[in-house]
Amino acid sequence: MFGLAIAVIAVMLLSVSVGPIKISVMDIAKMLLHKIGLYGNTSGWQPTQETIVFQVRLPRVIGAALVGAALSTAGVLFQGLLRNPMADPYVIGTAAGAAFGAALAMLLPLSVVFYGFGLVPIAAFLGALGSVLIVYRLARFGGKAPIVSMLLAGFVVSSFLVAIVMLLLTMSDRLGLKLQQVFSFLMGGISVTYWQQITVIAPLVIISIVVTRFFAGHLNGFSVGEEGAAYLGINVEREKIIILGIGSLLTACAVSIGGLIGFVGLIMPHAMRLILGPDHRFLLPASALAGASFLMLADLLARTLLNPAEIPVGVLTALIGAPFFIYLLRRTRREYAF
Amino acid sequence: MPSEPTDLLLQDVSFSYSGGFALHNINLFVPTGQMAGLLGPNGSGKTTLLKLATGVLTPADGNVLVGGENLRKLSRREVAQKIAVVPQQFDIPFAYTVEEVVLLGRTPFVRGLIGDDKKGLQIAITALDAAGMIEFRNRYFNELSGGERQKVVLAMALAQEPTLLLLDEPTAHLDIAHQIEILELLRKLNRDKKVTVVAAMHDLNLSALYFDRLVLMDHGSIFADGSPDAVITKEIIFNVFSASVEVSRHPKTLVPQIMILPPNH
Repeated sequence: MFGLAIAVIAVMLLSVSVGPIKISVMDIAKMLLHKIGLYGNTSGWQPTQETIVFQVRLPRVIGAALVGAALSTAGVLFQGLLRNPMADPYVIGTAAGAAFGAALAMLLPLSVVFYGFGLVPIAAFLGALGSVLIVYRLARFGGKAPIVSMLLAGFVVSSFLVAIVMLLLTMSDRLGLKLQQVFSFLMGGISVTYWQQITVIAPLVIISIVVTRFFAGHLNGFSVGEEGAAYLGINVEREKIIILGIGSLLTACAVSIGGLIGFVGLIMPHAMRLILGPDHRFLLPASALAGASFLMLADLLARTLLNPAEIPVGVLTALIGAPFFIYLLRRTRREYAF
Repeated sequence: MPSEPTDLLLQDVSFSYSGGFALHNINLFVPTGQMAGLLGPNGSGKTTLLKLATGVLTPADGNVLVGGENLRKLSRREVAQKIAVVPQQFDIPFAYTVEEVVLLGRTPFVRGLIGDDKKGLQIAITALDAAGMIEFRNRYFNELSGGERQKVVLAMALAQEPTLLLLDEPTAHLDIAHQIEILELLRKLNRDKKVTVVAAMHDLNLSALYFDRLVLMDHGSIFADGSPDAVITKEIIFNVFSASVEVSRHPKTLVPQIMILPPNH
């Protein structure tokens, strides 16, 4: 766990360092220390470098870290609660809701900036949360929302919303919808232009992740199923709402600055489970840290590999993630024994 | 362990699923320290009665009291601190070790952010030991045999330090050695720790050997209730199971034992 925390810092410094203008890791460290008043000498770097670090790279890198941590944590929550290894942060409708919201926002001839966020990220955030509410409401019957109903309702609502997005895409000419813009949202890419965005998203993500710690033991209890969890003293319906709510909030935060980045939320929890075992008390923080490192790395490659062109980070997460995961799967097989 | 009263009382309990099956007006008192077997055909209401006794189902009418306390007034956590349940089916999707599974039994006692339960590990290990599974503690649960798994699930229930233990067909799908092992364990627990035990059972002969009291259910009601001698009779078995049996006495223990008589004999 300590190692993972170190890795987050190391990857962060590396990511800020690499770019069209190379800035040494030492200089970045000094700039950061200077910023918090621990280092007095400012002669080692130029003001433009400082601008690049603080105004361009650092917000984006921190954004990537937050998105990675949020998606991985949401993945752990949904896989644990739904007892489904195929679950990812998008399984109960968040992705389709976000895509739907984003596409609608792109159609509107409005230009709103709210705390540094444009209309598209705000609509994506609301779409993600709104679709989860609909899914939960549809699955709920007689005071209970059984997990199977929720997975099915999630699938149905997702399909419906995706169909609408597809319809909008086919009518893009008539509607004046920019296909490029929709696709870049669907494939995912970190877009942080203002520090303000970070100051809104960071507290939401960090507090949510800390709060999950309270539910780690009960997520272990959910491993034996809803009935078994009730026998262990867990207030199943109430905690289900809380855990789904936190997971959905994390996912909504992630899509609002990253679009639909796939793979991280599915694979990071599995990777950590293979290494550390299924105990959520360790799995949750480890996945958050590993997800943050992983996405910063993917984003670094996304913006440097084909420079000046940018590869959608969602493409890279799968390109790097898949082989890495196969390696883990082949090496440590305990997870999938039955 | 349990010094408080741990009796189970169902008072005029009625319940129905939306699909139609119902329990009618069940009155049942299981005093502290008794070991009661719940018998009856498939679909007679054994599992439903157990679920009502655990509080995961709430009766439409009537009340369920454990140690004199109405389950309606207790939180899930408070209930789980008194009652442990070994359900009919138990599966776990991820690679938990045996020790991790048994530690889940401590869930209702864990407090706070860090999950403070200092005695937890010791209690879990004691429970594993009592179930004879201590040498399996670092094995993966999903790699164990059915009998071994059932002993682990029982150890998990013991880690809850229950005063009332409810089991739904704890010996189903087990070989006779494991059936005996599980029932011996229950008896030991019942005698040494005064844990009240209520178990749904299918095997009439095993039930007669191990339980002081048998409650026979049929179509959502209690058909017969009493000692094995009172419940395991040719007539009652025929009435409830529509099966012809001969009943004789066990040569050593003298409890009633059935022998099945095929219909065309």
